[in-house]
Amino acid sequence: MTRTRTPGISRRSTLALMGAGAMTFAAPWVARAQAKTIKIGMPTILSGRVAQLGTSSRNAVMLEVEKVNAAGGLAGRQIEMVIRDSKGQPQEAARVARELVNTDGCELLIDAEASSGAFAVHEVARDLGVFCIHTNSETSALTADPKQHIPNAFRTARQGVHDSIVGGSYAAAIAKAKGLKKWATCSPDYAYGRDTTAEFTLYLKRFAPEVEIISESWPKLFQPDYTEVVTKILQAKPQALYSCLWGGDLTSYIDQANIYAMFGQMEVFAVNMADYTALTVVKNLPKGIHSGNRYIKTFPATPENAAWGDAYKAKYNEYPTNWSWENATAIMLMAEAAKKANSADGKKIAEALKGLTIKCPFGADGTVTMRGDDHTLVGYAIGWGTTIPQEPYVPEVKAGDWKTIFELEAEWKKSKGYT
Amino acid sequence: MDLDALAGCLASSACLVTQTTSGLIIGMLLFLVAVGLTLIFGVLKVVNFSHGAFYMFGAYFAMTAYQLTGSFALAMLAGAAGTAILGLIFERVFMSRVYGADVLMQLLVCYAFVLIFDDVVRIIWGPEFKAMGMPSAFQVMPLFIAGGVVPPYYLLLIGVALVAAIVLGIGLSRSRIGKVIRAAANNPGMVSALGINTGLIYGGVFALGGMLAGLAGALAAPVRSLTPGMGFSVLIESFIVTVIGGMGSILGALIGALLLGLIRSFGSLGFPLFTEGLMYLFMVIVLVSKPTGLFGKEAA
Repeated sequence: MTRTRTPGISRRSTLALMGAGAMTFAAPWVARAQAKTIKIGMPTILSGRVAQLGTSSRNAVMLEVEKVNAAGGLAGRQIEMVIRDSKGQPQEAARVARELVNTDGCELLIDAEASSGAFAVHEVARDLGVFCIHTNSETSALTADPKQHIPNAFRTARQGVHDSIVGGSYAAAIAKAKGLKKWATCSPDYAYGRDTTAEFTLYLKRFAPEVEIISESWPKLFQPDYTEVVTKILQAKPQALYSCLWGGDLTSYIDQANIYAMFGQMEVFAVNMADYTALTVVKNLPKGIHSGNRYIKTFPATPENAAWGDAYKAKYNEYPTNWSWENATAIMLMAEAAKKANSADGKKIAEALKGLTIKCPFGADGTVTMRGDDHTLVGYAIGWGTTIPQEPYVPEVKAGDWKTIFELEAEWKKSKGYT
Repeated sequence: MDLDALAGCLASSACLVTQTTSGLIIGMLLFLVAVGLTLIFGVLKVVNFSHGAFYMFGAYFAMTAYQLTGSFALAMLAGAAGTAILGLIFERVFMSRVYGADVLMQLLVCYAFVLIFDDVVRIIWGPEFKAMGMPSAFQVMPLFIAGGVVPPYYLLLIGVALVAAIVLGIGLSRSRIGKVIRAAANNPGMVSALGINTGLIYGGVFALGGMLAGLAGALAAPVRSLTPGMGFSVLIESFIVTVIGGMGSILGALIGALLLGLIRSFGSLGFPLFTEGLMYLFMVIVLVSKPTGLFGKEAA
């Protein structure tokens, strides 16, 4: 005989309903008790191919928020982070950002999106007037283009044009010393790959006019196999190769180029190599690849930077990424600005943030500055060096000179019609 | 377009050797995935959209076995055997339930498993990309044949795939099991009436298809980065191969895969911005001139 369930509401679901009812009535009381907290919304990429970067952004933010809260919060208000996944889709990033402000009651935004999403969130910030820090988009136009300028948005990411100036002058010095005239490029075929490669070669040729680009390859983003690109470059016989492939694409490329012994035949400049996500994954990292710094705990070579990298590793059991330091810097700047303004109000923080210089483990001279006129971070550690297959991976990084960067950046802005 | 580069390459033996082997490598890995796809379609009449997942699992199994044992041979074995077992279970537990259903239903089940398998990989191995690393035995200088560069590992890779192709071709046309499989593809009802367990054949064919894709993944693991979802791009190219070669034809899969590999390697010289497009263009030409594919049979 089988037992049939009697119709109607069971005892168990009645209890559940009563519980839910009690919660509903209790909720306003909980909310009142927490009224002193300030919610900061953060759309970022927590799923898909670049989830690792989004997760590392969240980790870095949480690490810094804990410190701020322990020290009394943002102008006396405890920070509560509301972090949502945008799946790396711009329209989703914009929707999430809007929802965080309108529905969740977030008073400030940290936009931890890649460039495509950052421009979408920027429009939301323009529309709602909410305070917003872009932490990951390196596309220069986001802050350099005056059409994008709004008083409530800032950027704490490195900027593409800064990277290109430093990379171009570093590569040109080596090209001159070693007589590298014939160059090839190999970069992913989308906006970031095209723009970054164009800017790099622009400055390379400016500092070393005898350089000639004899071969260009544009593999697809996330292409699994690069064999035909590798052999094509071998046929062209360049003396040096530039690439801004990144992440898994870069490690695939290195493994596939390695068995053709490519790295013995030319100098390789891979701007995204010196990031722990790639360095710790590649099993047979060739010696002597030139790379820009992304995040590395040995540059700047200060106890503060090493301590920050170690604290992150101790907490999350992996090294920070390029996105980690950029997000941590955002929280550090916000905390200082709130202290200066003595308020957690977005408008007042924005006002205090303009031109603010703070002590920071990622600064070239131990400080970073939020530049007042275009709301972008300057003075961060930026440099190039060569790899070795084990820690510290890039033993010596040659620091870029910020005076030169400022001069050439101003010139570049003029050439683009931005100033 | 850079036709000078292409012409220059065709005139030099060094370039010809390098680009041809590079085409063969791409083609042979593609063949291993595509042949499983075409075999499963030929016998089971199912388009297995989740086939790329076996390629992915093959790579991950190989990497794990290599990390545990340090043996390259065991890594290849783990990739192939692991995916064969997975294929068998997948077919018996899930796919066998939708043979009678319409194509849309089969497609939905397969697509669901594309997502599920990707998440399983994410849960077990993590969302970040991984690399297996080249075994030290193959970390040697490449060979120079007629001035062209050929890495020894790629010779092994081409050899393994070629052996698989020959064994498969002969096995299906000459052996008793091969004949039964072909009979089951033609008339499953009759084969079943003769007292042969068709369920076993179906499971076996699916396991074989999974194993070949797994082997491709294992062979690719030392040179390609491993990520959840890595099977998808391979799957799309495998579909192009089967469409060009003809659905259900093993010889077609081999020729189609090699042609595609060569189009990529020589296309990247002559048409650097249109290499992907060339593959699709070639597919369109084949479809227009011979809608069943190069070696496909006319529909009954």
